[in-house]
This record gives sequence, C-alpha cells and structure tokens, in this order.
Amino acid sequence: MRMRNPLRSEAEAYRLLWVVVGGAIVIVVCALIYKWLGVAAAVVWFAGFIWWLTHDPLPGVSKDPPKPVVSGTPAGKHRILVIAPPGTDAVSVPDGAEVLVVVPALASKLEAATGAVDDRRADAEETAAALGAKLGARAEVGADNAALAAEDALRVFGADEVLVAGDDGMVDEIRERVAIPVSRA
Amino acid sequence: MSAAAHAEAHDHHEHHGPPAPHYSSRIKPEVLGMYLFIASEIMLFGSFFTAYFFVRIVNGTPWPTPPYHLPVFVAAINTAILMTSSATMHWATVSIKKGNVWGMRAGLVLTFLMGLSFLISQIFEYLRAGFNTSDGAFPTIFFTLTGLHGCHVFVGLTILLFMTIRAFRGHFSAEHHHGVEIGGIYWHFVDVMWIVVFATVYIL
Repeated sequence: MRMRNPLRSEAEAYRLLWVVVGGAIVIVVCALIYKWLGVAAAVVWFAGFIWWLTHDPLPGVSKDPPKPVVSGTPAGKHRILVIAPPGTDAVSVPDGAEVLVVVPALASKLEAATGAVDDRRADAEETAAALGAKLGARAEVGADNAALAAEDALRVFGADEVLVAGDDGMVDEIRERVAIPVSRA
Repeated sequence: MSAAAHAEAHDHHEHHGPPAPHYSSRIKPEVLGMYLFIASEIMLFGSFFTAYFFVRIVNGTPWPTPPYHLPVFVAAINTAILMTSSATMHWATVSIKKGNVWGMRAGLVLTFLMGLSFLISQIFEYLRAGFNTSDGAFPTIFFTLTGLHGCHVFVGLTILLFMTIRAFRGHFSAEHHHGVEIGGIYWHFVDVMWIVVFATVYIL
C-alpha cells in the first residue's frame, strides 16, 4: 500500500505536529461539551488521519522499490562492481566490461552515531564523480560500510565479480558478505 | 527502440550474470526503519496509555484523585513553550536549506533553550505536585506517562546539543544538513507525543 510517511522529513514531521494539534483541540472541545461527542470526534479524526496517510503522498515519499538495472552489455561480456573508498584516484578494470563504481561514504562509529556524515558523503560524491568520468562508467555513493555498500549494489547490479580498491581488511569484509569472486583492484 | 530491437536486446541479456534480485519480500530500508521506530514507540507509549485508560475507565478512578490537583496552567504554558520550540526547529531547518547559517544557529539555540525550560519546569512541577508514585494508581500513571515523555525530551535535548555544537563548528550547509533534518524529525515527534499526553492526562 502506498502511504505517506509522516516522519519522512522534518517538514513532514512539522506538518504532522500541527495535524495532531488541530485534532487534539477538536477532540478536547467536543469531549468537554459531551463525553460521547468527544469519542465520536476522536473516531472521525482517526479515520481522517488514516485517509490523510493513505492519500496524496508527497512526491518521492513512497516511490516503488528501485528496478534492477537492465544491462546494455552484449552477452558474454563481464560486469564488474568496483568498490572504491573515498580518495581513490584510479582503478584498473578490464577493457569492454560493464562497470558500476560504488564509493562507500565511510564514517567512524562516532560520526555515524552523531549523524556527522555530511562531509563523508561529500568526499564520496567527489570520488565517485571523478572515477565515473575516468572510467566512463556509472558511479554512485554507497552506505557508510564497504561490505554493506557492495551488498546494496549487488541487489540492483548483477555483477560477475567485485573489484575492491581498498585494503585487505576491506576485501576480506566484502568477501564474507557476497557470493561472487572478490579481488583487489 | 523498436519492438524487434527490444526483443533482440532481451534475448541477448537473458541468463546473463546472476539472477535478478527478487523485490517482492523486500521493503526499502528507510521505510522499514521508520515502521520499526513508530511501532516501538506506539507499543511503549501505548502500554502506559493502556494503564491510564484502565485506571480511569475500567476502575472508574476520579482523575485527578481527590485531594490532588494537576497544575494545568503550568502544563499549558509548557505546551506553548514546546510548540514554539518546534516552530524554531522548523525555522532552523528552513534557514539552513536556504544557506542561512546564522538563522539555523539561532533556531537551534532557541529550540534547545526552550526544551531545557520545559524539562526544568517539569522537574519543578514534580517537586511541587504534592503526591508521589507510592500514593496510588493516579500518581503512578501520571509520573510514568509524563516521565516517559520527559525522557524523550532529554534525549531530544542531547541530540539538539550535538546539532548546535556542530552548527557552530560549520558542519552544515545548504547542501549538507542531514543532521539538522534528522534531529528535527525527532523533536517534532516528541512534541506530537506531548500533545497526546497533555490532552489526555491534564485536560480530559
């Protein structure tokens, strides 16, 4: 079911607050006039609230899950997922392969816990743009953990192998999470 | 692309690479996270509201039980403070989206101060209530419901403190303000819960 998520963004949450304030005022006033009128107002308000949640979702709030990427590569060619940490200058990939570059927005535990990931995402975006231009490939920013970023990417990009431009630890971490060949770029 | 070309392309890509992912059982992570959060909060507050309605409706206990009184006026002032703090929180978010860093900083500081005022006021309300948790079902429900909300306010203030420090250290910009957005969502959610608590516990 397509639903409005009332806590999807700060603006939506703020709107929810005033919807609740309005509902509370109506219910309280009705209840102070006559107890069962308050109950009726509460029932009507909840029905209206459910209707509000299920109708007219904001653009982008309840999109369908992303569709798998359909490859334009002729059969027999390789598809490679490249996991490159932020700051990676260059990656060597075989000629003729279809490549997806994912740059995980690696963040420390403290940064992740405090939500201070904006700078990490900006670094990752910069690296992704540079690598994408160099390789002539699609490049994206991934999760704040390399293995999770690889796992997410493989859900929509059916790669034949994963090349990792990080250290051995990152390679081992990804190898433990995915079932296709993983090697260092 | 013509129908023939499309069919040819389809034939070319059949059975190439691993099977396509199966989405029928997969919910988008952010949606699932929000569902779990809302569900956990509904269960948490719901359990306390169940106790509240049980005491008031099933047991028929007068609310507040004589000779106790609830400081409705002070709570109303507190409600106004909390609603205003939501407005300043929204102002902070709107400001940073427009690149107005000082607007965001002012909004966050005001929100934090108003949240702190709410919490301090609630502590004084507890001290002057004239009853304690051991005085029966009514005080127990009153303290647990308002105390649970107070805990949420405390968590919100901690988040706001982090946000404010980061705001003054220049971590947020018009392009990157995820931290303000997330903290704002939590703060508004806490205020929504207060409206429900205030209406049921103090007014009705």
